[in-house]
Amino acid sequence: MKEYNKLIFELSKPGRKAYSLPALDVEEKALDSLIPAEFLTDKGLNFPEVSEVDVIRHYTNLSNKNYGLDKGFYPLGSCTMKYNPKINEDVVKYDGFANVHPFQAESCIQGSLQVMYELERSLCEIGGMDSFTLHPAAGAHGEITGIMLIKAYHDKNGDTKRNKIIVPDSAHGTNPATAAMAGYSIVEIKSTENGLVDLEALKAAVGEDTAGLMLTNPNTLGLYDKGVKEISRIVHEAGGLLYYDGANLNAIMGHSRPGDMGFDTVHFNLHKTFSTPHGGGGPGSGPVGCKKILAEFLPKPLVGKRYDGTYFLDYNVPGSIGKIKDFYGHFGIFLRAYTYILIMGNDGLKKASEMAVLNANYIKEKLKDYYYLPIDTLVKHEVVFGGLKDTTSGVTTLDIAKRLLDYGYHPPTVYFPLIIDQALMIEPTESESKETIDGFIEAMIAIAKEASSDPELLKTAPHDTLVRRPDETKAARNPVVKYQG
Amino acid sequence: MYPYIPNTPQDEQEMLKTIGLDSINQLFGDIPEQVHLTKPLNIPDSKSELEVSGYLKNLADKNCPVSQLACFLGAGAYDHYIPSVINAITSRSEFYTSYTPYQPEISQGTLQYIFEYQTLITNLTGMDVANASLYDGGTAITEAALMACSYSRKDEIIVSAGVNPEARQILKTYAHAQNLKVTEVETKDGVTDAGMLESLLSDKTAAVIVQNPNFFGLLEDLKGLAEITHKVKKASFVAAVEPISLALLKKPGELDVDIVVGEGQPLGMPLQFGGPYLGFMAVKNDYIRKIPGRIVGETTDLDGKRSYVLTLSAREQHIRREKATSNICSNQGLNALAATVYMVTMGKEGLKEVAEQCVQKSHYAFNELTKSGKYRPLFDKPFFMEFALTSEDSVDKINKALLEEKIIGGYDLGKDYPQYKNASLYAVTEKRTKEEIDKLRRVLEAVK
Repeated sequence: MKEYNKLIFELSKPGRKAYSLPALDVEEKALDSLIPAEFLTDKGLNFPEVSEVDVIRHYTNLSNKNYGLDKGFYPLGSCTMKYNPKINEDVVKYDGFANVHPFQAESCIQGSLQVMYELERSLCEIGGMDSFTLHPAAGAHGEITGIMLIKAYHDKNGDTKRNKIIVPDSAHGTNPATAAMAGYSIVEIKSTENGLVDLEALKAAVGEDTAGLMLTNPNTLGLYDKGVKEISRIVHEAGGLLYYDGANLNAIMGHSRPGDMGFDTVHFNLHKTFSTPHGGGGPGSGPVGCKKILAEFLPKPLVGKRYDGTYFLDYNVPGSIGKIKDFYGHFGIFLRAYTYILIMGNDGLKKASEMAVLNANYIKEKLKDYYYLPIDTLVKHEVVFGGLKDTTSGVTTLDIAKRLLDYGYHPPTVYFPLIIDQALMIEPTESESKETIDGFIEAMIAIAKEASSDPELLKTAPHDTLVRRPDETKAARNPVVKYQG
Repeated sequence: MYPYIPNTPQDEQEMLKTIGLDSINQLFGDIPEQVHLTKPLNIPDSKSELEVSGYLKNLADKNCPVSQLACFLGAGAYDHYIPSVINAITSRSEFYTSYTPYQPEISQGTLQYIFEYQTLITNLTGMDVANASLYDGGTAITEAALMACSYSRKDEIIVSAGVNPEARQILKTYAHAQNLKVTEVETKDGVTDAGMLESLLSDKTAAVIVQNPNFFGLLEDLKGLAEITHKVKKASFVAAVEPISLALLKKPGELDVDIVVGEGQPLGMPLQFGGPYLGFMAVKNDYIRKIPGRIVGETTDLDGKRSYVLTLSAREQHIRREKATSNICSNQGLNALAATVYMVTMGKEGLKEVAEQCVQKSHYAFNELTKSGKYRPLFDKPFFMEFALTSEDSVDKINKALLEEKIIGGYDLGKDYPQYKNASLYAVTEKRTKEEIDKLRRVLEAVK
């Protein structure tokens, strides 16, 4: 098929339109009699003039240039690209959910509040937490909310010298960025050669200035940190609190809970573990849970339930850190996640984690003869390789990723975590069948063989995509960030 | 078996064998006993699609959607017309089931619509550069304030009391965490008090934040306030704007605004009980390396083809870690798509027509509602599509009477502004009909 390569602006023709509105049914007055001329612009909008057919064809053609989960395997490590169930998309369109104003009277929003209340209770159970707030818009937003809870706790205790957050070197980049955003300085601790938190380094790092620790467990290497109880003891004894980055929760549902591990506050990514779509970069949702000691600081408003069974928005939270998000968060995402939890049930959620872990370990076993596996041990939901086992060809992880595109797969996460050179981080999720995974494994092995037989083929990959290695350096050096035409 | 999990028991056995294990439980053998859950989660068992959709439909029916009422409530979220094409496009799974476009070769669809979105937002605002979007209008104001602090290396922010109260609360939450000082400049007759602003400004001021139309619906003198702000070196003038109004009002870019932010919900997003919506942000060129969030840029590929990539990522957390401009690592991709499709569907003329209808209908409503004298204007200033009225009755009482007649009344200003007791903020969008407005008047007149 002929390639489509137009911008919407290039389709514009004066006089075309794609909209219709009812005629004005009130008496029309001169605009400048309603709004003084000094406020009015004389510059028209330079928006395209197109028909509805143009709009639909243009964006349908653009969609064809995208790879989505519904097209195939998407093993992006740390991103949990699991299937997005279609019922979720139906539920958000129910009139009673889609068309409710956030400030309507309490009697008009009981259904929405009940969804939020029940979702919070479900997340508390899954995480071993006492309370949850659904407000945070994304994982990073959840992180800052959780860190603010920790800060509020120390502030309340008059413990103001605690100005450091400890972050392992395997952490997501958002962890240090978040701690800095909350006004903390960062203490990075090295991982052991087994990829776990170095307990001796941790002991040396904690002290009277420790506000808390941010940790992902299983960590970004896909490893469950066996020392987690000891880690929480060390941090708690030093007077700090523990934050759980729930990016990797999909590995452990029904098997292990951050609350039981000793974490005081957590965030979960509804767009990862709870099947809500990633939407090409958002919207996500990053609810934050906490233990009782932090509940008084949660953002306003909370969702409450009265003895008579009615629900209400509770703004009476004197210790609250305040508001962190317009209204109450991404309600449309809560609905999808709650639908998923109801469909899966306790049994299905546990099964999801089990199959996610099974798939990851299977890939590890099948690829470790071809790709360098820095730590050969049981993994959880993802496995991290350090590029090819045979490095003589000079083929890099980027080349492998680009070659995978030719084979029809979305590549794994590359060059993360930072502590593994040439990292290839593969997270298959439970959504994939053995056949899909076998197909991916075959492609990975074929690529490893090509690296020896024809390294140029990889270094110049991809060959079969619409565009090939767009020049990022050029884009950054001379930024063109809007249509100039 | 579960519908979203394809492995069969036989697959499981084969895979376990490959791994060298006998049971699924052994896969979790690395979890220490004391933190290994032994009982099932206290969540109901799995259910069928029919059972779950029935349950949730029932919950949805407990709400009273605006589709069955006449909505005169705004205050930051608005009941506008949403063309059908938007859902047709945002429901395409090539868009909604994709990740952030890290692999440009197979993400040109997402990258290009973000590029188009950035173009449309810069045109709408008259600014130089727009990012790929932020969480919502409220957090975008905070991001603007943080950017201004980083740009100027100063830590004092002045915000107008005319800015959405929720947004001001968010700003205070973040400012507290970062030890930034936030001062409020009061409104006078409903608009930002320029004299007070002048007196509050100092060399330490990093940003002055106003909203236009402001929370009361009134038009601010952006140019005048920008001038006052710019007397301070490196102080940024931030305006939170309503996107539909920009089809008629002078663009922030014409008025020397440095950072423009806003809530994009009016651009084709359903009310959805408050989210997900869209925060947009656009800046002058000087700020391009300080702007938070993602940006898409045009480039060429190996074969010289026009293509798009995420760019200027040296600002972002995955590269800069604790030195990043923000911890943000997502945008509201799908909402940005909705806004893009909305803007091109309404196009040059349509957005203007929407804006004009909002102006005409809201002014008609204002005149009708204030005729008898029972409801008095709270302010005497030009407004766009929201206006505040006050009376002897409590807003609660009025809104209860309206709801009985299937009308959603205005926002109770007394909640955030104790000095404005018994004051309702009414929003009139293009969707409201003359019939609905006349009925609103009748019911209001009958409130006893």
